[in-house]
Amino acid sequence: MSLSSSADAPAQARRQRWLSVLAKAPAARLAALWDGLGPVPAYTLLRRPETGLVMVKGRISGSGAPFAAGEMTATRAAVRLESGEVGIGYVGGRSARHAEIAAAVDALGQRADWRDRLEVEIVAPLEAEADTRRRAVAARAAATKVDFFTVAREAGT
Amino acid sequence: MYVAVKGGETAIAHSLDLLADKRRGDRDVAELSLEQIDQQLGLAVDRVMTEGSCYDRSLAALAIKQARGDLIEAIFLLRAYRTTLPRFGDSLPLDTSAMVAERRISSTFKDVPGGQVLGPTYDYTHRLLDFSLATEGDRPAAPTAPADTNRTLPRVGDILEREGMLEPPPLDEASEDLTRQPLTLPASRPVRLQNLARGDEGFLLALGYSTQRGYGNNHPFVGEIRYGQVPVSFVPEELGFAIEIAEIDVTECDMVNQFAGSHDVPPQFTRGYGLAFGHSERKAMAMALVDRALRAEELSESATSPAQDEEFVLAHSDNVEASGFVQHLKLPHYVDFQSELVVVRALRAEVEARRQQAALDQAAE
Repeated sequence: MSLSSSADAPAQARRQRWLSVLAKAPAARLAALWDGLGPVPAYTLLRRPETGLVMVKGRISGSGAPFAAGEMTATRAAVRLESGEVGIGYVGGRSARHAEIAAAVDALGQRADWRDRLEVEIVAPLEAEADTRRRAVAARAAATKVDFFTVAREAGT
Repeated sequence: MYVAVKGGETAIAHSLDLLADKRRGDRDVAELSLEQIDQQLGLAVDRVMTEGSCYDRSLAALAIKQARGDLIEAIFLLRAYRTTLPRFGDSLPLDTSAMVAERRISSTFKDVPGGQVLGPTYDYTHRLLDFSLATEGDRPAAPTAPADTNRTLPRVGDILEREGMLEPPPLDEASEDLTRQPLTLPASRPVRLQNLARGDEGFLLALGYSTQRGYGNNHPFVGEIRYGQVPVSFVPEELGFAIEIAEIDVTECDMVNQFAGSHDVPPQFTRGYGLAFGHSERKAMAMALVDRALRAEELSESATSPAQDEEFVLAHSDNVEASGFVQHLKLPHYVDFQSELVVVRALRAEVEARRQQAALDQAAE
């Protein structure tokens, strides 16, 4: 079953980006931002948070045929708002609250009256923080990059 | 004769209590937290996740704590836990060229695009014990340098591949999964790689070493090793489109090996591949050496060494199976042993009777 169709490609691209940002965020940080929203519309759990496994695939030599590299834990949840929107959350790890908040944000994000606020108060900050973390990792790695001293040969040889 | 079939419950219960007590150790010493294990014994966590074949840092840390640092026991605990969980599905294949690399080296090209990034490695340490670590203290933060985070790291293999100097990896191999189907031989390359990915590091290290010492040598070079974070993409069936559900640390090794060519293929370099969770470089390298050794038959090489023997390697690589079968010898074998005792006693009596009869016969002559 798929909730997507070609007609709402921009909406799908937004959900894709949001759900990825929400899943990759630290669970505690997402929870803090979610709690910071104050009162939110009530929702019911369509699927209570459930922890399971995703088989992570690699590729032979990085670019060839896929193979099963090993599993990872993941947790999923689904919620429905009273206004009918269904939100889905899939996050790595075993945090039930992480998956539930991701699903709730996904559901609320489908409502025009909430979308901009969630973008500004949750998704954009998490995205910026992820970028900061990535830059910090890259900067520390860059300091260990080898600069080779090359010796120029004398002219004429 | 009566044989005890039950008993020992109290002894077993007290043994478990003693184990828990020993695990805690001296109560005057602070108890380890899972965060401490994750942060400060991170490479142990990486190994347990890799061979436990389950990426979850806090679960691996818990397993290490419960196993008192016995990593093979911890791997067993993690493998047992994963059997209690449902499978949501397969991820899309990782794109390791999108890695935020903390380390990336090549021993084949000095001036590899993206550079030689040493990252956190023991390679350049002097392996002298650092007694400053014996006491607590502030540790300086690592230095930084400007970095371009938008650039992907080109694979060394792709560069050689474009020149035709390096075989391209196979693209159409049946996708099988050892956690769903039992191992059958001959195994496909994906199945072999899955087996090696969860295989024991020590076993694969020794096999890889054996190939270097001449037991199936294939003249390896480290085309590339990279370690860092990659996103995991998954398509939930409810959504029908891919989302990234996490970022995980992986180590990848693309080993390049000499190949003289065959009837159909001109001389070129061939490859072995290693992939492991976390920063597990020795494991990824050993895996790549053994992967290449196991391709002997495919590449029309003579397969005469243990590392080239698919059945030998794949059937003995799993330390949960190996540890279970070796350690089951500790379980009561009273009845088995009784029956063997009876047999050996009878044989000895027979030998003794024959000896006495021979002595009598000799005396009578």
